[in-house]
Amino acid sequence: MNIHEYQAREILRRYGVPVPPGEVAVTPEEAEAIAARYGRRVVIKAQVHAGGRGKAGGVKLAETPAEAREKAGAILGMEIKGLTVNKVLVAPAEDIASECYVGVIVDRASKRPVFMVSREGGVDIEEVAARSPEAIRRLTVDPRYGLLPHQAYWLAATLYDQPAQQRACAAILRNLYRAFVESGASLAEINPLITTPDGEVKAIDAKMNIDDNELFRRPEIAELRDTTAEPPAETEAREAGLTYIKLDGNIGAVVNGAGLAMATMDLIKFYGGEPANFLDIGGSSNPDKVVNALRIITRDPNVKVILFNIFGGITRCDDVANGIVEASRRIDMRIPIVIRLTGTNEQLALEILQSAGFGASTSMDEVVQQAVELAGRAA
Amino acid sequence: MAIFADESTRLVVQGITGRDGSFHARQMIEYGTAVVAGVTPGKGGQTFEGPNGVRVPVFDTMDRAVAETGANASVIYVPPAFAADAILEAADAGIKLIVAITEGIPVLDMTRVYPFVAERGARLIGPNCPGLISPGRAKIGIIPGQIVTRGPIGVVSRSGTLTYEVVHQLTRAGIGQTTCVGIGGDPIIGTSFIDCLAAFEEDGETEAVVLIGEIGGTDEQNAAAFIRERLSKPVVGFIAGQTAPPGRRMGHAGAIISGSSGTAAEKIRAFEENGVRVARRPIEVVDLIREAL
Repeated sequence: MNIHEYQAREILRRYGVPVPPGEVAVTPEEAEAIAARYGRRVVIKAQVHAGGRGKAGGVKLAETPAEAREKAGAILGMEIKGLTVNKVLVAPAEDIASECYVGVIVDRASKRPVFMVSREGGVDIEEVAARSPEAIRRLTVDPRYGLLPHQAYWLAATLYDQPAQQRACAAILRNLYRAFVESGASLAEINPLITTPDGEVKAIDAKMNIDDNELFRRPEIAELRDTTAEPPAETEAREAGLTYIKLDGNIGAVVNGAGLAMATMDLIKFYGGEPANFLDIGGSSNPDKVVNALRIITRDPNVKVILFNIFGGITRCDDVANGIVEASRRIDMRIPIVIRLTGTNEQLALEILQSAGFGASTSMDEVVQQAVELAGRAA
Repeated sequence: MAIFADESTRLVVQGITGRDGSFHARQMIEYGTAVVAGVTPGKGGQTFEGPNGVRVPVFDTMDRAVAETGANASVIYVPPAFAADAILEAADAGIKLIVAITEGIPVLDMTRVYPFVAERGARLIGPNCPGLISPGRAKIGIIPGQIVTRGPIGVVSRSGTLTYEVVHQLTRAGIGQTTCVGIGGDPIIGTSFIDCLAAFEEDGETEAVVLIGEIGGTDEQNAAAFIRERLSKPVVGFIAGQTAPPGRRMGHAGAIISGSSGTAAEKIRAFEENGVRVARRPIEVVDLIREAL
């Protein structure tokens, strides 16, 4: 789960990381009022789950409250990587003497948390990694001991030369690690971590990604989910126990299992079509899941054909077939459906579908080619 | 021969009285696996009635189950909140093969579980995996028994149903398997592609290997390098997620392209540069394996 910058800043502040003040506005007038309260130059930042906000014009400085209103008006409602900006963060603009990067992630290769720090802050860390990997220092943490004091100091000393700044940074790193672990994050980063002209070390931006698997035991973090910042269909799918990701094509696919769903999308592309979505109905056989899946897919106006690809293991093909028949009664479907079912209770499923007037096949390649052809004809 | 699971497997089912645990315990017994014990805290002393008249004693703790039945493997169906501790309990009880089916274990839990299990010399498969099956010998997990048949191919995969798809095609083409292992779709898993490849290389019956990967991480790239250096047996690869958008988690917690790394193109390139033939469609795996044998 992604959370916004202002939410990550709030978490870090609670853990003692020095984060300058800032407030959220959803209208230009609110931005103006916040800027007037600060009584100084402010920065206005789009709160959206996408990187590269600055380059997209989603971060602007404003000298006066009136300018804050105008700049907030320009940012609110804009689209960044397909996501609409509904909120902006308004914060006093800091004077910056230096910018560093500090971050901690769960590293798949070492199977442990890994810190990365760099004196090259304020830019995309991936760019730094590609351009000058030697500019990034890494430290693997033993999760049973956490980030030890001397390790935090060692990292801090690679970033700063002045003892006071090294100590301040070491404390920030240890607090960042606590926030990371106790929030159930898979990533927590401060970019940039700045020094001001009078030598203070401060976090002026924060980013955290939360491991979805942590949410069941962290209700206070789960509440941070902003459903206005994600496509409504994805919210609806999640609540129905489905995994759905919208794509740009016109073939809507319903598949059981994530790997098979990806392979189905790839096969659509292989035969010259474009998938409209990733949709995994999971391992359950509940016919309601099929009905919900079809409801979500048919709402996408781009979809010209629906493709079912079900491999029955635990999932019983006859349950899926019943779901398809049920859905066709409850939803007004004007687009063709092609169905592939194989595995557990395949014969029974084919009979159910045939008696309801649906055709079905047991070959994945055959139905995908059929779907691509139908989509081509409809386009 | 086969890898990890065979006729000598004596299995404990952790969570045997739950909905999933009881269903799959029956399936495993039906397949002929020696399910010797079940564990559910608070239900010790009960008996689990399996198919074919098999009666399985239920214990409160893994320690008791192992002491009284001589179990040497365990399979975990407990909910995510308790699954990490179930893995640790199995390792503490001296189990050397632990298969965690559970999906949804927090990844930070796994950062602590992994070294604990490794220090006790146990092998963990999963979590978030379908388990493994050695056709005609033993099944640990949820891979459907009817889609496999005994033969010379080792199969290792990060996926569930995609594995079934490929294995089913092999079986229909008359090409059987030594062992099919689903290593799991999470970012941190106990057994890697490399671990399985090394085991298949050692296994006398395995003549060729099918490796089914997907986007996210570098496990496939590492496997490709390992194959070039250490494997004498041919390997056929498949990678799912060529059309997956970056930055989105494609169902599996580990199936995500982070920035520009972990793409299908990168993995396919690594395979091809290291002499692994890559199937473009799942069905092509059958042809490539036929040519390799």
